[in-house]
Amino acid sequence: MSIISRGFGGRRREPSPDLPPGQYLAHDFPVLSAGPTPRIPLDRWHFSIVTETGEKHTWNWAEFTALPAEEFTVDIHCVTKWSKLGTSWKGVSLDTLFEDVETAGDYAMAHSYGGYTTNVPLEDLLDGKAWIAYEYDGEPLHPEHGGPARLLIPHLYFWKSAKWVDGLRMMHEDEPGFWEDAGYHMYGDPWREQRYHGD
Amino acid sequence: MVKRIAWRAATVVEVRAETPSARTLVLDVPEWGGHLPGQHVDIRLTAEDGYQAQRSYSIASAWSAESGRVEVSVQRLADGEVSPYLTDVVETGDQIEVRGPIGGWFVWRQTSTAPVVLVAGGSGVVPLMAMIRARGLAGGRQPFRLIYSVRTPEDALYADELRRRAREDAGLDVHFVYTRKAPDDWPVPPRRLDVAVINSHGWPADFEPDCYVCGPNTFVETVADILVALGHDPKRIRTERFGGA
Ligand SMILES: Cc1cc2nc3c(=O)[nH]c(=O)nc-3n(C[C@H](O)[C@H](O)[C@H](O)COP(=O)(O)OP(=O)(O)OC[C@H]3O[C@@H](n4cnc5c(N)ncnc54)[C@H](O)[C@@H]3O)c2cc1C
Repeated sequence: MSIISRGFGGRRREPSPDLPPGQYLAHDFPVLSAGPTPRIPLDRWHFSIVTETGEKHTWNWAEFTALPAEEFTVDIHCVTKWSKLGTSWKGVSLDTLFEDVETAGDYAMAHSYGGYTTNVPLEDLLDGKAWIAYEYDGEPLHPEHGGPARLLIPHLYFWKSAKWVDGLRMMHEDEPGFWEDAGYHMYGDPWREQRYHGD
Repeated sequence: MVKRIAWRAATVVEVRAETPSARTLVLDVPEWGGHLPGQHVDIRLTAEDGYQAQRSYSIASAWSAESGRVEVSVQRLADGEVSPYLTDVVETGDQIEVRGPIGGWFVWRQTSTAPVVLVAGGSGVVPLMAMIRARGLAGGRQPFRLIYSVRTPEDALYADELRRRAREDAGLDVHFVYTRKAPDDWPVPPRRLDVAVINSHGWPADFEPDCYVCGPNTFVETVADILVALGHDPKRIRTERFGGA
């Protein structure tokens, strides 16, 4: 049972059925990062998928942006409580990137420039559920928001959408990434409020 | 086994004005097992009809088993939902729901011997104050430098305590930066925090200090970029973004 906060009415500016529990609507685009923003020149950028057997698939910027891209509009939910509804992005579906990848691993560790990692089950990356996004609102993705390219898994809390992503490493077992090691949830479903370990 | 971080009914045992627009709440949280400086709590408010709002607040106090208390300092945002409630409505004796401690990255550990640079913007000083207090409580000798950017002298949280600690402790330097209005006897006009300030009042990158930067998002972005430009290893720069512009 929650205790009533005497004299608290709440402002509840925009009640919305699209908001997961504990979230509020943000109109700006807040930033959550553990350190400084890396700046990655496009001629040095690459993205790779490494399977559990060590097989490596790599794309440079030209190859990556030549892949069929999708434009999509999704809601995003940050563990620090803000949500943003109807954000528009352009990126490459992970279904496209995994087309020629053979893996028996059920989990992926996303790696980023700057050394951050986050873990995701493979099934949450496939079937139109995730992208490597490189445009936001019709503009190249700003470095603060993860540019040149970030993972985007809108159905999980936003820290799973690794900024500055440079690869996925397939794993047989689930392992904690950077934020998960620091106490955040291994899976991170906003609708079940899986913010922290044990939620 | 993973233990759920449960919501607990905390009792407000003391309320202290820090500035005209910021207040410290001293909380008695049942079964609080302690915390590290830099960690935060989540606070949840519930209206009569069940509507709830949650926000994060850094812990301002150093943990000591004797006091067992948890302090948070809240800056009022005029159009905010939660902060004006905490700064203007809550009174001693009230209960609010709290869960924590949360966060295992933006923390300072007493076992670390590295010099430390702390850079705060506005209420971003809160978790850094917890680090200064924890070091003080433990009698730590790690060289600490705080650069604290505020709009006006009246906006500085913990100003007296910071000056006293800096006076009494040769290992702690505190430098204020005023961006809108400086005290009358201040040697420089109000200005933004820039490369020169961080260069002269932080530690050189050669000393390999651990850097902690906290405040509004744009402040943190700017300072973290400056630290990288000054040669600090990005892996030693830890940031906490409070939100806002
Ligand atoms: C890890 C963490 C620790 C924090 N620690 C503290 C703390 O110790 N003390 C403290 O006072 N706050 C702290 N905050 C910020 C706090 O969680 C709330 O965001 C803040 O109190 C505003 O909440 P609100 O409900 O009053 O405003 P809201 O109703 O959420 O927002 C009102 C308006 O203010 C803007 N806004 C939101 N946050 C900020 C901000 N920080 N600065 C400027 N504008 C903002 C919003 O975009 C919106 O336009 C922390 C945030 C995080 C993520």
